Amino acid sequence: MSDHVQTLLDRLPRLGEAVLVTLELTLGGAVLALVVAVVLGFGSRTRTLWVRGPSRVIVEFFRGTSLVVQLFWIYYVLPAFGYELEALAVGIVALGLNYGAYASEVVRGSIESVPQGQWEASVALNLSWFHRVRRVIFPQAWALMIPMLSNLLVQLLKGSALAYYITLHDLNFWTVQLRRSTSDTVFSYTVGLLVYFVIAYALTWFMNWLEARAKRRLGIGPQRPSLRETLRLEPAPVPTAPTAPTAPAAGVRTGGAP
Amino acid sequence: MSDIWNWERAWEVLPDLLAGLRITVLATVVGMVIASLLGLALALVGRAPNRWVTVPVKFVVDFVRSTPLLVQLVFVYLLSPPEIPGLAIGCVVLGVHYATYMSEVYRAGIDAVPPGQWEAATALNLPRARTWRAVILPQAVRKTLPGLGNYAISMFKETPFLFAIQVVEMFAEAQSFGANTFSYVEPLTMVGLLFLLVSYPTSLLVRRMEIRLA
Amino acid sequence: MTTTAPGTVPAIEFRDVVKRFGDHTVLDGLSFSVPRGQRVTLIGPSGSGKTTILRLLMTLEELSDGLILIDGDPYTYEYLGQKWAPVPEKRRREVRKRVGMVFQQFNLFPNMTVLENIIEAPMHVLGLSKHEAVQRAEQLLEKVGMPEKRDARCTDLSGGQQQRVAIARALAMDPEILLLDEVTSALDPEIVADVLAVLRDVAQTTDITMLLVTHEMQFAREVSDRVLMFDHGRIIEEADPETMFTAPSHPRTQEFLKAVLG
Repeated sequence: MSDHVQTLLDRLPRLGEAVLVTLELTLGGAVLALVVAVVLGFGSRTRTLWVRGPSRVIVEFFRGTSLVVQLFWIYYVLPAFGYELEALAVGIVALGLNYGAYASEVVRGSIESVPQGQWEASVALNLSWFHRVRRVIFPQAWALMIPMLSNLLVQLLKGSALAYYITLHDLNFWTVQLRRSTSDTVFSYTVGLLVYFVIAYALTWFMNWLEARAKRRLGIGPQRPSLRETLRLEPAPVPTAPTAPTAPAAGVRTGGAP
Repeated sequence: MSDIWNWERAWEVLPDLLAGLRITVLATVVGMVIASLLGLALALVGRAPNRWVTVPVKFVVDFVRSTPLLVQLVFVYLLSPPEIPGLAIGCVVLGVHYATYMSEVYRAGIDAVPPGQWEAATALNLPRARTWRAVILPQAVRKTLPGLGNYAISMFKETPFLFAIQVVEMFAEAQSFGANTFSYVEPLTMVGLLFLLVSYPTSLLVRRMEIRLA
Repeated sequence: MTTTAPGTVPAIEFRDVVKRFGDHTVLDGLSFSVPRGQRVTLIGPSGSGKTTILRLLMTLEELSDGLILIDGDPYTYEYLGQKWAPVPEKRRREVRKRVGMVFQQFNLFPNMTVLENIIEAPMHVLGLSKHEAVQRAEQLLEKVGMPEKRDARCTDLSGGQQQRVAIARALAMDPEILLLDEVTSALDPEIVADVLAVLRDVAQTTDITMLLVTHEMQFAREVSDRVLMFDHGRIIEEADPETMFTAPSHPRTQEFLKAVLG
């Protein structure tokens, strides 16, 4: 066992590099996913058919085909059309598009749960559409969508383990290497999974902090989140909007590991 | 386009893909049966009054849920004796992984049964086991059906992970065809479309069920 | 129905306005006009189309047919030759600057403080500097009697206080026309008086054209110059408040006022 620990210590610098790759994939994918989600989420609820139609098709397409297929398609097939991406970019694009499609449903549902009166008041004040969304609607919808985005973020982290199969040296790769040099499956995989768990925990913690902050700005929830609340692993139940109590978003499906 | 896409190759790979689809569906069905049963068990254990039971169970559930299925699959595969087929391992790991999600769905379903139902069962002096079986669970399970459907679709789309443990399902068929002929365009594109072809109509059905049961 | 003197352009004019929700026709060829500076109260049973009129004026609903003119300009729809077409959003916004609205449910933005609620539109729509906007907001908060709540969170305020902030927010845009949609209906009876006092003050100290939908008949009688009685999307009676509340002529009006005033 002490040999193993020695090997583990020897490999710590490379663990740092591996975690960095996993984090690049996760955070890069998450940022892309958020952009995709906001664009498609708003696109899916416009009245103009030629915006709504394509948005719906893109969402259903990326939800309906598997992440694995999408990743390998971008890696193997896209170059045939003349678009060759670096492996890291392939990972980020695949994760971003796939989870972006899921997150767009969360965005759409949360936007729909913002009370209608908020839209009306911002029309009455003559704010432009973009201004309405940016300053009035989105800040309120944001607080509603964080818990579900938090779930998706952890799933995105889990999906990033695929990167090993397109030659990236991520945490999954590091785990395989550790097993090779220790020849101890239980030891190496337990360590690898624990590192994944710690990252997932840290991401959830960060999202809980964001949520508490967003809710505090809306004047709902405690002014300071309790320690227990900050440290809990699962996201809080969806809060109801402060002005008029509305039913939770009809469009939001709470399930949905892709 | 025509020099990239070859219809002949597409026809050639289709039978392999359909054979793979059978394995994919089989893994999903078996995995989902395990997930539904184990998920219910986890939800019930999670309600036990003893903290020495609930806290460790909760930790294991959180751990399994927040670590990659792909890594879990390979881990269990490497630990298992070689005579157990990869498909069986795949089904079990898929089932256990999704059981951690399903337990949450059951928990929400059970919580959604109005307290008056418990009180009425107590007033009728029903034994505890009977209360669960005849009163609470039938109402709770009804509410969990859409969640079950959504997770079945998710699991279906995650079965390609089984390629990592040498199970030749639909994606692995495409992958090996691509590796042998050096043309990935037709097999990978068709796999994607086949996934869409199965999962999209299913998700429409689930949505309808959601509306019906809401 | 027009009571404007010839030669002056009314602040608001409805011309053969039709509004349908699906198969249900709420307004069926409605025409009336409001001269500048007049205070008009719309009364009538619920579902008679009063609120729809305010919502059409705020572009919260789309017309089914007809024209609405603000200061003589087509507002949401216009005739291009024979063709009845929506006015482009850019021009709607120009006209809409002159119209403000206070809602039954206040609709303050919960993600902003009281002050931020009031200065948001003056800064970003009228282009005031922050300094000017804050100064104006502080004066208005003074006017509605809540200067000390400047930095409070909207969700910490009572309903009556929220509505007073909402009035200040609407006035901060310096509207020529103010729409008041049942502004006291969501409030507890004991705080209704505070809100009405603020509105009475606004009515006395400004020359804003006001269109009110209210169930506060005493208040309507005090502040309005003219009362329109609606039933099934038509004006069935119009009169000065004194006549309307003491000697209504239409049997439906008599019935309605009897039911409301008890």
